[in-house]
Amino acid sequence: MSSEDVLNPKQMPHDPEKATLEGRNKFLAFWFFLGGETVLFASLFGTYLALNGSTQGENTPEHLFGLELVFIMTMLLLTSSLTSVYAMYHMKNHNFQKMQLWLGITVVLGLGFLGMEIYEFYHYIHHYEFTFRSSAFGSAFYTLVGFHGGHVLFGLSWIVTLMIRNQKRGLNLYNAPKFYIASLYWHFIDVVWVFIFTVVYLMGKVG
Amino acid sequence: MADNTHSKPVHQREFEKKQHREEMKQQVLTFALMILFTLIAFGMVIMEINSYFVIPTLIILAVVQVAFQLYYFMHMKNKGHDMVAMMMYGGAAVAGLTIITFVSIVWW
Amino acid sequence: MSTAVAQKRGLGAMIWDYLTTVDHKKIAHLYLVSGGLFFLIGGLEAMIIRIQLMKPDNNFISAGLYNEMITMHGTTMIFLAAMPLIFALMNAVVPLQIGARDVAFPFLNSLGFWLFLFGGLMLNVSWFTGGAPDAGWTNYAPLSTTSPGHGVDYYVMGLQISGAGTLIGGINFLVTIVNMRAPGMTYMRMPLFTWSVFVTSTLILFAFPALTVGLFLMMFDRMFGSAFFDVGLGGNVIIWEHLFWIFGHPEVYILILPLFGAFSDIFSTFSKKRLFGYSAMVFATVLIGFLGFMVWAHHMFTVGMGPIANSIFAVATMAIAVPTGIKIFNWLFTMWGGQIKMTSAMLWSIAFIPSFTIGGMTGVMLAAAAADYQYHDTYFVVGHFHYVIVGGVVFGLFAALHYWWPKMFGKVLNEKLGKLAFWPFFIGFHLTFFIQHFLGLMGMPRRYWVFMEGQGLDTGNLISTIGAFLMAIGTIIFLTNVIYTSVKEKKVSGDPWDGRSLEWSIPSPPPHYNFVQTPLVRGLDPLWVEKMDGKEGMTPAEPLGDIHMPNASILPFTISLGTFIAGFGFIYQVDDPVWLIAVFAGMGLTLGSMLTRSVKDDLGHHIHKEDLEEDIKKGAGK
Repeated sequence: MSSEDVLNPKQMPHDPEKATLEGRNKFLAFWFFLGGETVLFASLFGTYLALNGSTQGENTPEHLFGLELVFIMTMLLLTSSLTSVYAMYHMKNHNFQKMQLWLGITVVLGLGFLGMEIYEFYHYIHHYEFTFRSSAFGSAFYTLVGFHGGHVLFGLSWIVTLMIRNQKRGLNLYNAPKFYIASLYWHFIDVVWVFIFTVVYLMGKVG
Repeated sequence: MADNTHSKPVHQREFEKKQHREEMKQQVLTFALMILFTLIAFGMVIMEINSYFVIPTLIILAVVQVAFQLYYFMHMKNKGHDMVAMMMYGGAAVAGLTIITFVSIVWW
Repeated sequence: MSTAVAQKRGLGAMIWDYLTTVDHKKIAHLYLVSGGLFFLIGGLEAMIIRIQLMKPDNNFISAGLYNEMITMHGTTMIFLAAMPLIFALMNAVVPLQIGARDVAFPFLNSLGFWLFLFGGLMLNVSWFTGGAPDAGWTNYAPLSTTSPGHGVDYYVMGLQISGAGTLIGGINFLVTIVNMRAPGMTYMRMPLFTWSVFVTSTLILFAFPALTVGLFLMMFDRMFGSAFFDVGLGGNVIIWEHLFWIFGHPEVYILILPLFGAFSDIFSTFSKKRLFGYSAMVFATVLIGFLGFMVWAHHMFTVGMGPIANSIFAVATMAIAVPTGIKIFNWLFTMWGGQIKMTSAMLWSIAFIPSFTIGGMTGVMLAAAAADYQYHDTYFVVGHFHYVIVGGVVFGLFAALHYWWPKMFGKVLNEKLGKLAFWPFFIGFHLTFFIQHFLGLMGMPRRYWVFMEGQGLDTGNLISTIGAFLMAIGTIIFLTNVIYTSVKEKKVSGDPWDGRSLEWSIPSPPPHYNFVQTPLVRGLDPLWVEKMDGKEGMTPAEPLGDIHMPNASILPFTISLGTFIAGFGFIYQVDDPVWLIAVFAGMGLTLGSMLTRSVKDDLGHHIHKEDLEEDIKKGAGK
């Protein structure tokens, strides 16, 4: 397939993200990377679990965490996972405008999540004086949740970049794999969050 | 790779669209289940059920939710994901060992 | 496009070519040169250590400098010498062995190299800025968190940057091997070197993230006041040990497995036989990789994990001896009844078998948890791991370099000088490290700056130092050989060893697209299969046509340079917040380059059929 065909395919194939060798390579590499990320987050979770008793005072998980905020954040992120599924659904049907629309909704939901996380951190720091430096629990909490938040931020920037870059020219075999792996990344962020709200917040509340 | 460029018959495209719709239905159902699980998890904690029961249940709910996410939302159930599954399970195995280590033998 | 660049000769053009190259063969050269340079630096550090320990109560270097020497020797040799030299081999050989024109991600391949190089430079800059890291290559907390100065900060940032490069390289080779194999090259027809690279890359993928997290925690503790390892605030220093070894133990298999693969190819080629027990060898490689993840805590037997944990890890460790034993026997049986040709590569390989077996035996001794309380942190351990790393990895690197040198540079390394380098190194190696087992059993602890007179340690240490000098002589002869060969030796054909695998079916050094036509693989040892059928070379699997190749790019270099700059910013912002400018500038450069890469289309270029036909006339097709 010549380079021009990649940018202006005469006919989009069934799986545009895997139609070219480059696309298949990206697809596989990104999944492998997620396998590595699993270990990365496991190390952070392990560290958190080893240190969540080291509170050095009254700022314990039970005392700090409020479930209302976490519940809303969870709903936002779970829904954003579904909206990015919708985006990929429209990609497979070669409907670029609808894909952009659903990606846009995903971004908005993600921004909402990120805003609430920032508010949460701000709240802990200013109302409870619970910081990164106050105890080993504090360090572990902010590192784990902050790493996830960093992933959300990176994922948002990535999706927005792709949306702006391809706004004018639409879907082709060159950018379809890019959209697809960005959505994989977004799902993985949700996977990690499922464990965070379970292990950090819910189990923290149970004590 | 000529097969990618020749135009497909109309009925083929219709068939694919129908397939995608079917898959989308499954995914919406998955999403509903995930929301349900989340509600159960939060509900159990708010109702302060005995922690010996709650913690294992919470973990099981999380694992099932993640499996849904991986297999349906991220399409691991589809064809051509053998290597993907191998590496994800590999990662999960190392991740599991790591976490068991940190809750058991960090010398507290 | 790139041909125009390549035709512009001159030093400037060549430097620019190497800075921007995405060709796996040139990246192999880069890895080889920089890895070799770090190997010499690490060797120099080793010599300084041995001179200090030459006699009792010696005062050659100060105690603090000694700590820096042992730390940098270990760190340099593992991360900056062994790893890149292995990556050099992987880059030079794997795409050729599977019949591919390049790796799956040429751009990332280049990025991986530059990240490694800048990480390595970062570590070594510390010598000139007030002291190198001094908490040992394992960097245990709280020794590391309380180490004054910025030495340990350099360790953290340097390894973080080069570790990212290694992870990228690992993923790249995984995808290359899964997706880019030539038609007919099934998994069970892959040469053992490719197989071992596949397993190694998997280990990299799962092991390096643990190090990444460990280094982040260490960085946060040292630079941003967190409390992971601060017991006063409820921290726990054992977390570092676990994270380090969850990475660190697979790391030693990451080092040795590719060379196991190289030995397999070498034994088979120079015995003129197919590898004995090919499928058992593959199985053993995978099993070693698998078990490699379940044994890390044998480095921590004396931490106090309790008898149950110690027993589990002891048994798992001993189990690794089984697949390793399978390999040793298969190599012996490969040679059995073969027409053995004693080349330098073969000499290093044969020397490896007994040397490595000794290291394996002491490994099983150390695995016995109860006995380990005696051996722990003595020279017995030092003797053990040098037997596996020098006797395995370094011998393997020498063997593999002799074997693949003609493929990389078109010339066979001088055989006489090759053998001349081998003997002093081999004898010196055993002199240096065999005696260290006994020094350890006599109670000499590792990492001590001096030992005292009259404790029976004098002679042993002197012998060890003499051995180290012999190893240095061997290395110098090898370097001489490299220079001599490049000046004096003649070009050889593409297949100087009468080889068996695909890389020997193309010219040396290969054209930058490797294969004019993708070959059709018809069995294990594909080239040998064709030779046995009386054919000249491989049967092509495709008609002659345009070849798609990736474009060169400077972006990998700028991305890595950004991390390098940001690294300094992170280290020194503790002293003065002005340095945060460096953090932002560096990260800006990195992220900006990544953004450029993302939004600028890079579709590669084509080499046209007509140009290929020209090349065939010059002998590219063969």
